[in-house]
Amino acid sequence: MNTSKRTGLNLTFGFLLVLALLYLAPLFLVLMNSFKGRFFISNTPFAFPDAQTFVGLKNYVTGLVKTGFIPAFGYSLFITVFSVGTIVFFTSMTAWVITRVKSTLSSSIYYLLIFSMIVPFQMVMFTMSKMANLLHLDNPIGIIAIYLGFGAGLSVFIFSGFIKSIPLEIEEAATIDGCNPIQTFFLIVFPILRPIYITVAILNTMWIWNDYLLPYLLIGTNYRTIPIAVQYLLGGYGSIDMGAMMAMLVLAIIPIVIFYLLCQKYIIEGVVAGAVKG
Amino acid sequence: MRRISNAYYALFTLPTLTAFAIAFFIPFLLGIYLSFTRFTTVTNARWVGLNNYVRAFTENKDFLNAMVFTAKFTLISVVLINLFAFSLALLLTRNVWGRNIFRTTFFMPNLIGGIVLGYIWLLIINGVLYRFQVDITFSAKYGFWGLVIVTNWQMVGYMMVIYIASIQSIPPELVEAAQIDGANPRQVLFNITIPLVTPAFTICTFLTLANSFKLFDQNLALTRGAPGKATAMMALDIYNSFYGTTGYEGVGQAKAVVFFLLVGIIVLVQLLLSRSKEMEN
Repeated sequence: MNTSKRTGLNLTFGFLLVLALLYLAPLFLVLMNSFKGRFFISNTPFAFPDAQTFVGLKNYVTGLVKTGFIPAFGYSLFITVFSVGTIVFFTSMTAWVITRVKSTLSSSIYYLLIFSMIVPFQMVMFTMSKMANLLHLDNPIGIIAIYLGFGAGLSVFIFSGFIKSIPLEIEEAATIDGCNPIQTFFLIVFPILRPIYITVAILNTMWIWNDYLLPYLLIGTNYRTIPIAVQYLLGGYGSIDMGAMMAMLVLAIIPIVIFYLLCQKYIIEGVVAGAVKG
Repeated sequence: MRRISNAYYALFTLPTLTAFAIAFFIPFLLGIYLSFTRFTTVTNARWVGLNNYVRAFTENKDFLNAMVFTAKFTLISVVLINLFAFSLALLLTRNVWGRNIFRTTFFMPNLIGGIVLGYIWLLIINGVLYRFQVDITFSAKYGFWGLVIVTNWQMVGYMMVIYIASIQSIPPELVEAAQIDGANPRQVLFNITIPLVTPAFTICTFLTLANSFKLFDQNLALTRGAPGKATAMMALDIYNSFYGTTGYEGVGQAKAVVFFLLVGIIVLVQLLLSRSKEMEN
């Protein structure tokens, strides 16, 4: 490598480093303010905590007591895990059958599901929440069925694209060996789908964990997920405890950062795969 | 497997389809019907023809303003996000030290939800504006650029990883051959890299367009439409019609249908464009 090229790369590195620090600054700022007294946040968010403003973990204590963060975390985790599991399980089954059985019914189902992907949530939010109330789906278990219905479009679409590329011979051999469709799917096809169900699971996890409006309309009054709890606290009028809020924001970000650092390879690959197919 | 008994077909498809019917299909049809009626709950709907659509545009300027605001915001966001994302992708596909760490960093905000993102930036923006004795609700301009900053911070990393994947799939022989023929870096960029990442460009334009156009959470957290309703985007305006005042449910539903049709047109144009591009190749 010649010198001018190396200088260029060093300059690029320096530039990226500064940019990366700027990129992380907002998160750092929230963390920093979460250790400051409640009256020292809105007006001087860029000042480091000092002897006068530092309050230790006090904000976290008030935050946890006031906001019901712990149940919110529980609801978010429960709804996300079971909705994603349900989506992966049922939509892969549906995608397999409608891809393999060529019929008018299959292609009608496929195009109907695809169509749902382009319809914005506002189009159905009112009628869907009325429907969910009517069927008593307005609780953390019922909402799983709603997520299955909403997640079906993208998930079936991604699964179908992958299933088309699996050679039919493998499944035919299984059928000849006496497997019924359930055995063929779960013993033969499902294991082959592994890379793609990771993609589907990640895309749905990112959506459901951060989703605000749907759970707010459906279960928000009785069960607050993390985004609802944050909005409830920060969107409220009157005197707001800024310290508790900063703590709450930090607590809301931590699980995501841990999840991200643990599976960042899958997340980035999954997002790219999902985008290219979607 | 080309044949399967009806019982198995039902077993494999019915759970998904039932949920789909409840969550999406029936509400969708019902929503279209209700947009032509006056109602407060679903059961007391009375047919009023196109009245709701007329009211949505004529009763006040909220919806039209929201449309203009959304269009401006979407245009600026799409251009800026793609420009930054592609530039970063170019830098991160060079042989620079620590590029995976940089990629991880730039992508991270994308995983944080819109509500939390909105409040993080509200703290920062109001902190800056405090020095001028105002806050974000002082002028629609502040809200507009605040939203642009938030969506950029969130989406640039996402689009960047798509561009990186696309740039990395360019065969290195092509670039080497061009360099041997005496092409300078600028020529390589404009004659090889950019033409070959066109598919990624189409995908990213579409994703940023759709996401910016349908933005809601960030809008709610950052400005809630303030000052007045000047920074309310279409999704927020529809939400306000439904849940802000009673008697406007039908108008809200009519606005939602218009919103859906606009998104539909964007998708259709996008689909036709990428089809015709594939034909050319």
